[in-house]
Amino acid sequence: MEKNLTHIALFAALVAVLGLLPKIDLMSGVPITAQSLGIMLCGTVLGSWRGALAVLLFLALTAAGLPLLAGGRGGLGVFASPSAGYLAGFPAAAFVAGLVVERWQAPLATAAFTGAALGGIVVLYAFGIPGMALALGKSLPEASLLALPFLAGDLIKCVLCALITRTVAQMRPGALLSRA
Amino acid sequence: MLALTSPLETWAHRLPAGLKMAALCLWTPLLFALHTPAVLTLATLATAALPLSCGLDFALASARLLRPLWPFVLIVALWHLWLADPSGIAIILRLITAVAAANFVTMTTRLSDMIAVITTIARPLAAIGLSPGLLALAIAMVIRFIPVMLFKAEVIAQAFRARSPRRPGWRILVPILLAALDDADAVAEALRARGGAG
Repeated sequence: MEKNLTHIALFAALVAVLGLLPKIDLMSGVPITAQSLGIMLCGTVLGSWRGALAVLLFLALTAAGLPLLAGGRGGLGVFASPSAGYLAGFPAAAFVAGLVVERWQAPLATAAFTGAALGGIVVLYAFGIPGMALALGKSLPEASLLALPFLAGDLIKCVLCALITRTVAQMRPGALLSRA
Repeated sequence: MLALTSPLETWAHRLPAGLKMAALCLWTPLLFALHTPAVLTLATLATAALPLSCGLDFALASARLLRPLWPFVLIVALWHLWLADPSGIAIILRLITAVAAANFVTMTTRLSDMIAVITTIARPLAAIGLSPGLLALAIAMVIRFIPVMLFKAEVIAQAFRARSPRRPGWRILVPILLAALDDADAVAEALRARGGAG
């Protein structure tokens, strides 16, 4: 009980910290924020329910007025902005990423990559693109065009998520609650 | 960690948080139902009157909070200029007004009042085992641990710079994550030692 609670709370804090860190330069020099990587890790490390709850807790504090989103954004305004769909998709993304790791007994890195891609890209875009379409008055294909530039960075994050999840499992076998 | 609440006390700070949130929940869908530019302009002016009624400094701070919207405004403006389609004006007005109205509620409500509203909304969740006490404890832990983890991340980044001429990239993410997991275990033990949570 206590372990579930503290892991959910600490991962909510982790997602915030990853968004507040200076942008990480990848090998190609493309700067990315690690926040959505944090969402994927919530799922692959904590599992479906705990991961989704951690993300919900993070969103609740953002809505309450803490500037926790990447770039120091926060408050109720971000939930009315064109990125609101992505925020709504965050808990679902973590849930799906966790579900794949829990249910699919493939090698951990494979399962974590697949989960991160399904949750952090397929599910997240399925929320984010309609959100942008609604707020910007565009059709779904037009809004998808706006989401396209982020696809490469998100794929790299899925790879990082898989590598990090595997390393964590090696170093703290008991901490991987998604496979506990 | 500073909340986005404005330190300038205004008349709107004294309104109950629940009332402001309820008004926002009615106002935002209404904005999305409006399509005529003239009516939307009225709605924008009405929303702009709120921060302006709180003084110039407050209005400027509220305008600064709208800055992250400019890429979207630019995209919509270019898109509709290219198509020579005037409906872009309505879309931009709605975009700015919806975010500005929500920001006004955030700027005039203290974090503690906002959290009180959230715990009230979450009260039915007690039926599935998420008691208000647990939620309050979790919220307090997140707020406390964000600065702790930021400090640890900075220490890890400095240690990396001491060892390597390269910039600390994604390599420091694993130690940051491990630190978070270890902290979670330590806090869980501390809670158990004090009689457990919930």
